[in-house]
Amino acid sequence: MRQKIPGLLLVLFWASLSLALPARQEPVTAEPAAAVAPAPEVKAGDTPNDGGKAITVTWQASPDEARGLVDGYEVLRSETAEGEFSKVGYVPYGFTSFDDQEVPQNARDYFYQVKTVGRGAAAFTLSAVSNPAQAREQWFNTARVNALISCILFTLIVVIFITRAKRGQSLFIRRIAGLAAVEEAVGRATEMGRPILYVPGLSSITDVATIAALNILGQVAKKAAEYDTPLLVPNRDPVVFTVAQEIVKSAYAEVGRPDAYNHDSVFYLTDSQMGFASGVDGIMAREKPATNFFLGMFWAESLILAETGAATGAIQIAGTDAISQLPFFITACDYTLIGEELYAASAYLSKEPMLLGTMKGQDWSKALIVFLLLAGLATALIAPGTRDFILKILKVG
Amino acid sequence: MKRQIPLIIVLTLGIVFFIQFFIPSQISTNIYQTTLQWEIVISAFAIVLAIGSLINHHMLKIQRRKPHWWNSIVTLIAMLVMALLGILGRVEGMESLGQLYRTLFLYVQAPMDSAMFAILAFYMASAAYRAFRARSQEAALLLISGFIIMLGVVPFGSLLWSKIPDIAEWIMMVPNMAAKRGILFGVGLGMTATSLKIILGIERSWLGGGGK
Repeated sequence: MRQKIPGLLLVLFWASLSLALPARQEPVTAEPAAAVAPAPEVKAGDTPNDGGKAITVTWQASPDEARGLVDGYEVLRSETAEGEFSKVGYVPYGFTSFDDQEVPQNARDYFYQVKTVGRGAAAFTLSAVSNPAQAREQWFNTARVNALISCILFTLIVVIFITRAKRGQSLFIRRIAGLAAVEEAVGRATEMGRPILYVPGLSSITDVATIAALNILGQVAKKAAEYDTPLLVPNRDPVVFTVAQEIVKSAYAEVGRPDAYNHDSVFYLTDSQMGFASGVDGIMAREKPATNFFLGMFWAESLILAETGAATGAIQIAGTDAISQLPFFITACDYTLIGEELYAASAYLSKEPMLLGTMKGQDWSKALIVFLLLAGLATALIAPGTRDFILKILKVG
Repeated sequence: MKRQIPLIIVLTLGIVFFIQFFIPSQISTNIYQTTLQWEIVISAFAIVLAIGSLINHHMLKIQRRKPHWWNSIVTLIAMLVMALLGILGRVEGMESLGQLYRTLFLYVQAPMDSAMFAILAFYMASAAYRAFRARSQEAALLLISGFIIMLGVVPFGSLLWSKIPDIAEWIMMVPNMAAKRGILFGVGLGMTATSLKIILGIERSWLGGGGK
């Protein structure tokens, strides 16, 4: 072995020397850069469906692009066709359009030229001057007509079912195991004399999942107040914290137990994501809640929370619309509300006819989407040419 | 009246911003941007309440000598020190305090955050162990597909059989994506329904008390 060491050292020395010294390069023969063909058919027009001050420039790719001689395209703008053009943007090869988002004025003519830049930027050619174009602001986004129609249709379906519910028509709602277990979970905590932990997600109030979680909190708080079970609601967002506090307070008052409300039961922990996770883990380890609710928007901390809860032996009900976190909750929790079930929870728990009507409307809308998907699939299979048309009408701008 | 005013505000703003979504004009965009700034202002007020809650929560723990109450002392001291360093560090002539604030953030808080995040790897392993126990047909299916995907993303998989990465990609792109999109449809409708319920005043749980 000792005999091999000098040899190894020599190899190492040679290797490090090879890395340290620059590789010998062959001299490059400078070739004069050939002029590239200009981009044909340069057209300019108002960018559709925007707030103005934007013009879209389009062109055909330079014939030299296919030969690998083009590096990109510079877009130039001028106020007159003969005037001085100045650079407003650059796009690499492969792109044939550019949105000039910094047009100085609306309703004024602007002209464009496209400079085809050759490899090494040494060679370039200018295109012909485009047609005059004016930027204008629009008052209706035509690319969102499909969204408007869908919203109106969905609202109509929901209104129909709300009207039916108002008339007293009984509406069948499928059983959602996670929501059916809420009563049992609260009861378990009561029997064990331990608190209920409710985490309304980590997102802000602008997240619909957070609003859904707060709606459910109202129902859970009412049950906790009825059973006189302590409730712990740690929060990450200050606005969510204030709303959650008000919800819990009102829930206690509504069931006639305002005296049982503990102002400290809804509290703010921290804004830090992992700090919040460790704080909640600490609560679970110390207070040993019998029931944990993780409802709302969660990110990477979902598994940290759910696994700690599982280790403490708590019954856990989770729900989120964050698809990437669902597998973690499904693995570590007893019940998981998947996606839309989170939004249906408030209606399911309150059993109010009006809310159940919206839930029923939601289910029928889903059935309609499934029907449209199948119809679209069948049409695309029978007439393959319609595929692009179907995709176009579904795209929201 | 206490409930009527928020409901009127929600109904009005709900309709206004529904319409705003379809109007791309500059005025419409400006209104939206201004409202987003309001949200920041409201959040600033809420932070004061949140800090009050934090102090109150930990003071109570200390007063009542709850389990591990000494941690609350550490929390309060840390909060006070960081707040003071953050504020005083911006004062001219006291820049060294600002430097200390950054040092504490970079070398104390950030590593603690990272350590917590790193624990996730162990939790993933234990959760995967539970999920991959083939106790039912569904769990067995999950185990098999999980195994194929794991093999598909490591070089060893393609060494075993060159088709494994393709099968793994097919599982991710076809059955997995189909399930994801199905959930997303439901989520989209659920979001719209929740918004509609709140705007129309059908859902009032957010006002407190569960919708009455």
